[in-house]
Amino acid sequence: MESIDVLMLCPMISYLEQELQSRYNVLKLWTAQEKSQFIKDHSATIRAIVGDGGHGADAEMIEALPRLEILSSNSVGVDKIDLEKCREKGIRVTYTPDVLTDEVADLAIGLILAVLRRLCESDRYVRSGKWKKGDFKLTTKFTGKTVGIIGLGRIGMAIAKRAEAFNCPICYYSRTEKPDTKYKYYPSVLELASNCQILVVACSLTAETRHIVNREVMNALGPKGVLINIGRGPHVDEPELVSALVEGRLGGAGLDVYEHEPEVPEELFGLENVVLLPHVGTATVETRKAMADLVVGNLEAHFSNKPLLTPLV
Amino acid sequence: MATKDNEVEDHRPLVLIHHLPSFKLPLQDRLITHFRLFDSLASPEASSVRALICVGPTPVTADTLDHLPSLRLVVGSSAGLDHVDLAECRRRGIAVTNSGDANSENVADYAVALLLDVLRRVSAADRFVRSGLWPQMGEYPLGCKLGGKRIGIVGLGSIGSEVAKRLVAFGCTVAYNSRNKKPSVLYPYYANVHDLAVNSDVLIVCCALTNETHHIINKDVLTALGREGFIINVGRGALVDEKELVQFLVQGEIGGAGLDVFENEPNVPKELFALDNVVLSPHLAISTPESFEALNEVIIANLKAFFLSKPLLSPFQQE
Repeated sequence: MESIDVLMLCPMISYLEQELQSRYNVLKLWTAQEKSQFIKDHSATIRAIVGDGGHGADAEMIEALPRLEILSSNSVGVDKIDLEKCREKGIRVTYTPDVLTDEVADLAIGLILAVLRRLCESDRYVRSGKWKKGDFKLTTKFTGKTVGIIGLGRIGMAIAKRAEAFNCPICYYSRTEKPDTKYKYYPSVLELASNCQILVVACSLTAETRHIVNREVMNALGPKGVLINIGRGPHVDEPELVSALVEGRLGGAGLDVYEHEPEVPEELFGLENVVLLPHVGTATVETRKAMADLVVGNLEAHFSNKPLLTPLV
Repeated sequence: MATKDNEVEDHRPLVLIHHLPSFKLPLQDRLITHFRLFDSLASPEASSVRALICVGPTPVTADTLDHLPSLRLVVGSSAGLDHVDLAECRRRGIAVTNSGDANSENVADYAVALLLDVLRRVSAADRFVRSGLWPQMGEYPLGCKLGGKRIGIVGLGSIGSEVAKRLVAFGCTVAYNSRNKKPSVLYPYYANVHDLAVNSDVLIVCCALTNETHHIINKDVLTALGREGFIINVGRGALVDEKELVQFLVQGEIGGAGLDVFENEPNVPKELFALDNVVLSPHLAISTPESFEALNEVIIANLKAFFLSKPLLSPFQQE
């Protein structure tokens, strides 16, 4: 049986690497001395690419692989993939929706609570050995606060459901109003930010949504408002975010993503009203395994001419 | 126009603010519109005062009560009253009130916050990013999924019920132990904490501290909870055998813990400082302005009711 060449763009959990290696001939791009040469050397045989949220295929890479049939992304975000090019060339693209929805929504709430209730700062305080009897610090209650969600897709809805259990009124912005929800719709992110206390970015990254949270929006959210980003770094104008936080125009932020990961603006390291996570939205053993199974399952379906499990293109 | 200046009679009832030196009552200035306050057992007013406000964990003992022969009411400022000698109050015909539901939502929010932090390693990962290690070390170790976890609530009172309601929305299942089964509650009931632990992935401790519940989380319960189990304590430190818990955590015999309370606050076992699967908090579960406002209202309402001989708002009931 002919061995199929699969190009892996970056290291992933060992479970996924093993599952791929047991079925295909895996070419690890990150081990190459010179990446474009590596691709040239194998361009006649690569039939599939496995990427993730941070590593996709642009037009150049797609053009360099004439035998490419499918790109299976270990993510639900596909902003790093030139989808138009794939459509043009008839290349299938699969991703991992649904299996990670709950995980990301859980983390959004975890970030809200950590920022509002100053968990990380408190934990640092105790570990410093400085806790004195009678000391207390006022933090902010979560229950009952208005939560505004940018993007009411799968993840946005899951966040809303959880926030409702804390008696939070929910409002949202979406490209179009959703007729079958009871949540309050605002036709612009600016209006949404003016009417909520906690603003959560939960939409996909496209040309239209780049910097959807800008200086104006952050000012509208205000000195008592909190921004939570579990989408993509470029959703937020990062330099503006830093100055809004440092100057106190924005009350706080919980960030899982940044414009230039893994670089994080150092000005944020000294702030107590900020929680900084290293892009761990889906980072649990259970969910990474479920995602991996989808990545492999889609490849298997494709190469045995069965319907793809979770196609995007 | 000057009139014969009669002293305005002060009709405000007298109330003792009973507090340890390092503990202040938030929003105390609001009380003086309603009550005349003093704060020392040595004051001559001690012999006539009928009500006291107990600030935080300030102990109310038989000795305290001996200084207050006219006392008829102890107004607690927390949900827990383990620092008050309840038996002695009962014996002397002194009523006791606690904070009622004023803090329940905040404590429940905090329990969920601690659980999400431990499972998803929020504080540990925040430390990792702030140390500048992310660019060097790449991926951070994976955490654990909350959805689908079996939550065991120890003490399904006001706080425990609010915790349950929140966690159900995350796709968790809930079971509980309480002194008595609650007929109107649909969650499965276990008659003892050991059995609850056997059937849970997470224990959340929300019950009152009494003689019976001291060290209710012991070696046996921790063993039953197991290597993949997690424990969150927003009750009182002494509900957990702290020495045992530290051992279990250090040896990796339990998955992790989120602790807002400790047996000997503000002392926290230093062995915990090196662990990334533990979240430590300096007893802050109620500490929001909204909580203090609500608490203030409950305190004033209880005192007013007492001085008007009306039913108290939140007399302490053992669940």
